[in-house]
Amino acid sequence: MRVAIIDYGLGNIRSVYNAVRYVGGEPVVAENPNDAWGDALIIPGVGAFRDGVMNLSRFLPAIERHLNLKRPILGICLGLQMFFERSEEDSKAKGLGIIKGEVVKIKTPYKLPHIGWNLVKVENKECPLFRGLEEGFAYFVHSYHAVPKEPVTVATTEYGCKVTAAVWKGNVFGTQFHPERSGEFGLKILENFLKFCYSLK
Amino acid sequence: MLCKRIIPCLDCDLAYPEGRVVKGVEFKQIKYAGIPWILAEKYYREGADEIVFLDITASHEKRETMVRVVEKTAKNVFIPITVGGGIKSLKDARRVFKAGADKVSINTAAIKNPKFVSDLSRYFGSQACVVAIDAKRRRVDDPSQVEDKVVVKTPEGEFWFECSIYGGRVFTGIDAIKWAMKVEELGAGEILLTSMDRDGTKEGYDIYLTKAVNDRLHIPVIASGGCGKPEHMLEVFKETDVSAALAASIFHYNTYPIPVVKRFLKEKGVPIRL
Repeated sequence: MRVAIIDYGLGNIRSVYNAVRYVGGEPVVAENPNDAWGDALIIPGVGAFRDGVMNLSRFLPAIERHLNLKRPILGICLGLQMFFERSEEDSKAKGLGIIKGEVVKIKTPYKLPHIGWNLVKVENKECPLFRGLEEGFAYFVHSYHAVPKEPVTVATTEYGCKVTAAVWKGNVFGTQFHPERSGEFGLKILENFLKFCYSLK
Repeated sequence: MLCKRIIPCLDCDLAYPEGRVVKGVEFKQIKYAGIPWILAEKYYREGADEIVFLDITASHEKRETMVRVVEKTAKNVFIPITVGGGIKSLKDARRVFKAGADKVSINTAAIKNPKFVSDLSRYFGSQACVVAIDAKRRRVDDPSQVEDKVVVKTPEGEFWFECSIYGGRVFTGIDAIKWAMKVEELGAGEILLTSMDRDGTKEGYDIYLTKAVNDRLHIPVIASGGCGKPEHMLEVFKETDVSAALAASIFHYNTYPIPVVKRFLKEKGVPIRL
């Protein structure tokens, strides 16, 4: 199963690549939009919203085509955030708008960024990503999180407030944490994602 | 609730084809501990929260060996990997990121060229930029001589902390606490803070140094140097609000395996991932 990982110049592509391969997928790093096709797309990413949106723009036609074909897509960290309409981080940069809502700074008395391992609680057990999982520790690195205006939140974590940890809307999935850096729990989530992709074939 | 991270550190001597993990005492004597990628995978399976590789040779010719070590490790290790030692340019950094590292740790290069900290965090994100600080206690005999330094009171007397570079071989005269505050401003994502006085002694972390730095910063601080038993980690988590504790020899020689340490801390009420 071909999993195209979009390489738009931000984020650690290699760890996503290794994790996808480890759980049985055939990862391809797509530096060129022409390579951004497959049974699944992954948009990884760390860094600023504005840079992300700008660098991702040349892949938009490929992403749109993929979504029109009803094929699954997984956004990781900044990848998830870009599914939303806008971010408080930069009011001028527009997100993809696939999910209604915005990305806001985490309102917490604790230190930001929120870096490290936190407990993810699954709130919607129907979500294919979390099949067989109720909770687990995952690795986070972020200061902003998504506040959806639709019922898409499928997992949360606690950091002085409730933080959106994962979203699901049809064939669009997103994790705020890094499954490729979250040990066995993260690998299970990626494996579930691939299984879901496989079930559509 | 965010967990406190337990990080095994693998000091790598790259004069061998696959590299060797070694452990120094107070930055000097050296003892063999294993093959880097094998040890890293073992620690991952045992529940380490992160892995740090430090190239102690930090020589240009051996750079390729470190890249191979990271590549091999990253295939089977799915927790954050940090690489430090001899990284001087964005090009050096890019190579280890491409191999699968998540963060680079810089010390000498940051002190020689502080702009490198901001460049790294701009190109790869601040989360990928760890600044390592090797700090040595300097006794304050005459307060008028150290007016520009941050002086810390300890039961052993008053000290300021001096930054060292080149693996502890050269002292800079730079105040470690002030330097930590400076690199936060420049965009560092984390501080890896090693007490040179405690490193390899197994007498416990330098709580005074750790607290003095951590209290002044918003970014996570990793305490390092001196861990000889799980109680030392408990002490550093109780006495300071550091995000992580790093250790080497207690893990390498199986004195206290990672699961033993983590269970101990969890039982004592420290938030730990098990």
